[in-house]
Amino acid sequence: MQDLNLLANDNRGQTDLGNSSSLVGWDEVTQGTILQSFEGDATGIAQKKAEERSYSNFNSYTATVASWRVKKPVFNIDVCIDCQNCWVWCPDSSILSRDKQMLGIDYDHCKGCEVCVEVCPTNPKSLLMFSEYTPLDEALSQWPEKKKKEEK
Amino acid sequence: MAEKYDLQEREVWDGNFAASQALRQAQVDVVAAYPITPSTPIVENYGSYVANGYIDGEFVMVESEHAAMSGCVGASAAGGRVSTATSSQGFALMTEVLYQASGMRLPIVLNVVNRALASPLNVRGDHADMYLGRDSGWIQLDAFNAQEAYDLALCAFRIGEHHDVRLPVMVHQDGFITSHTAQNVYPLPDEVAYNFVGDFKPVDDMLDFSRPVTYGAQTEEDWHFEHKARQHKALMDSRPIIDGVFADFEKVSGRKYNRVESYDMEDAEVAIVALGTTVETARVAAKELRAEEGIKAGVVAIRCFRPFPFDMVRDSLENVKSVAVLDRSSPGGAMGAFFNEVSAALYTTPNRPLVTNFIYGLGGRDFSISEAKRIFKEQKAHADAGHITTDIQQFSGLRGPHLGFFQTKRG
Repeated sequence: MQDLNLLANDNRGQTDLGNSSSLVGWDEVTQGTILQSFEGDATGIAQKKAEERSYSNFNSYTATVASWRVKKPVFNIDVCIDCQNCWVWCPDSSILSRDKQMLGIDYDHCKGCEVCVEVCPTNPKSLLMFSEYTPLDEALSQWPEKKKKEEK
Repeated sequence: MAEKYDLQEREVWDGNFAASQALRQAQVDVVAAYPITPSTPIVENYGSYVANGYIDGEFVMVESEHAAMSGCVGASAAGGRVSTATSSQGFALMTEVLYQASGMRLPIVLNVVNRALASPLNVRGDHADMYLGRDSGWIQLDAFNAQEAYDLALCAFRIGEHHDVRLPVMVHQDGFITSHTAQNVYPLPDEVAYNFVGDFKPVDDMLDFSRPVTYGAQTEEDWHFEHKARQHKALMDSRPIIDGVFADFEKVSGRKYNRVESYDMEDAEVAIVALGTTVETARVAAKELRAEEGIKAGVVAIRCFRPFPFDMVRDSLENVKSVAVLDRSSPGGAMGAFFNEVSAALYTTPNRPLVTNFIYGLGGRDFSISEAKRIFKEQKAHADAGHITTDIQQFSGLRGPHLGFFQTKRG
């Protein structure tokens, strides 16, 4: 079962978008609504892993949009063949993968679009949609059997 | 390194050529443009200067004015000195992106050669496009002739790129009357002009990979108001910086500009307030009326349309008895916008001069010295009567029966 804190550093998904607690006045907002992505010098940051980067509070990485989702994808490691199709297709970079090993879903940023399920080629699929409120262990216990080829 | 361009001390340039020479001397990095009459030669000349090695820059051909301003926004956010030119319908198509540029605080210089807005289609000069930009958050400077189109374009870079301003700037000139009329222009030597403008010093540039930034964020009711207020404050705070740049420009050129220009206003009893080439027509009329009929006529001209010089307009007109504000844009069911702004300023003076509104010159209709004199004389009649003796809004130079709206409400 997926570790829900997978690859997260301290400030991933820490703020709920639209529920900002620290609203400042006109004299403190940034000039031109230009938002800095990282704290400090970001030279070479593309080579660092997400959990090693100093994301700023303005970075979308630190905001969670989990509440936008009504259904969630659940990942079954026993069926997955690590083809990386879901990682390629995910529009929100919410497939967590390291060294071409599929590890799970970034539930802070996944919006439940179901594209990963659609493109998963395994039988049964290694990603399936469940109600947001279904616990992961319960979802995994309901996983369907492999479909048999139809008799000719 | 750019090739040397031979310049005489005095050149015969039209407004378009003058503006394009300012772009060359400022060594603009990127021009993204979709040429439109009557501003075409500005960007056309920039392209030829790049092709011939006079500018180390890039001309970007795009598919519309919306794309032209979008390209300028991208290049400016990337960290370059950016400029373009447009008119009329092209300006209208740019409008959406004008607000993006000012909201992102990008110091783009847009040369606007003023032209009427269709329909009916018209290529001649009026101020409909200039008025369309008045709420867009840009600084708007107004040139009345070719020399000023050149001078103000150089000043525009200095003003917009100033780190306490960081706002886009429009330099307006009248279509054809300024843009296509060759006049004596005294350019600065290249090195003097470039040193005046200075090297471009980027702020929040996207090509700084040590400090990645997001441009074009979304803000809803919790943040939008604060950002727009800060932007408005920046525009208001640009006023002393504009004055400072004009003062510095006088040191290198000997030519002094003011956000509000006053001509023969020291003892004036009646005044015309105007924009663009009409200012020079009205100045001639005022001089002649003073000599011929002893009417103390003067002219107030707005050099800096945005930020609107509310206090300077008030100071220059508060001792006048009657003022005619000339709007060269179809008011679309209201008093002229310029009239409204000048009137609002004068309402806060103790004397509250009489103010009337003339809609004139639409679609390039000529505005003559004799018509300016007639308007001055009408103001004199108001001043002598102590009240407005005509409709408050009238049309000048219009064929057909008299057209006018609203009269003074008196007890």
